[in-house]
Amino acid sequence: MSLFNIFNVSGSAMSAQAQRLNTVASNLANADSATSASGEAYRAKQVVFEAVPMANGATAVKVQKVIDDPSPMKLVYDPKNPLADDKGYVTMPNVNTVDEMVNMLSASRSYQTNVETMNAAKSLLLKTLTLGQ
Amino acid sequence: MIGKLDDYMRFNETALSLRSTRQEVLASNIANADTPNYKARDVDFASALKGALAKADGAAPALKGTSPQHMAGKGVAGAAGSKAAGSLADGTPLLYRTPAQGAVDGNTVDMDLERNAFADNAIRYETAITLLNGQIKGMLTAIQGGQ
Repeated sequence: MSLFNIFNVSGSAMSAQAQRLNTVASNLANADSATSASGEAYRAKQVVFEAVPMANGATAVKVQKVIDDPSPMKLVYDPKNPLADDKGYVTMPNVNTVDEMVNMLSASRSYQTNVETMNAAKSLLLKTLTLGQ
Repeated sequence: MIGKLDDYMRFNETALSLRSTRQEVLASNIANADTPNYKARDVDFASALKGALAKADGAAPALKGTSPQHMAGKGVAGAAGSKAAGSLADGTPLLYRTPAQGAVDGNTVDMDLERNAFADNAIRYETAITLLNGQIKGMLTAIQGGQ
């Protein structure tokens, strides 16, 4: 019964989008973390989605990997900061807050859409159960 | 008698199973709306239903062999305008959607179109169930002699 498969497909998309939302939260929270346990400034994280073919034509989603954002780190002139280099620059995280806000909106909307998909499949299955009554 | 009941309900049963398959394909498109390079797919319902009914009748359009060594041929289904994207395990042909607007990441899912098709397909699924319910009620009335 392929309608049951929709729960797997939408469920995989929901967990993938939730993980994306998680990285957005982590990036926004650390937008000003100039240092970390390794001694370096925080690097923005991004998720990479991958389509996973399932039995009978359906395609689920999974987070293939979480990458460090390759964009260059921000340099802020602040000679009073103890982390400043000999020229007075502090290396700050490469988090782009505007990008992250857009990412957040996109992830939460996609999550909502998949919840609705799942609800539609559920009501169809319940309707099927009443067949012949 | 049982065979006749089967024939009586075959059309709506086949349509129902095809509708649920299509619902699944559309759900996959919605789920992969943010996956780079994912290509949206769909089922051409009219031709898929025709193919499924022909298969159920046991009269699939097969190629005629003139030698016992010829391999059995299968009929090829496909709609004009879209490229074939393989077929499902039950033989239903899948087609790629022609994108109206391209995306930078190579994804061809158009969310408006997919949501539309998803809602439309759900209503038609419920229609098939209602019709099937009516058929069952009619048969029950006939079996019970109107009591």
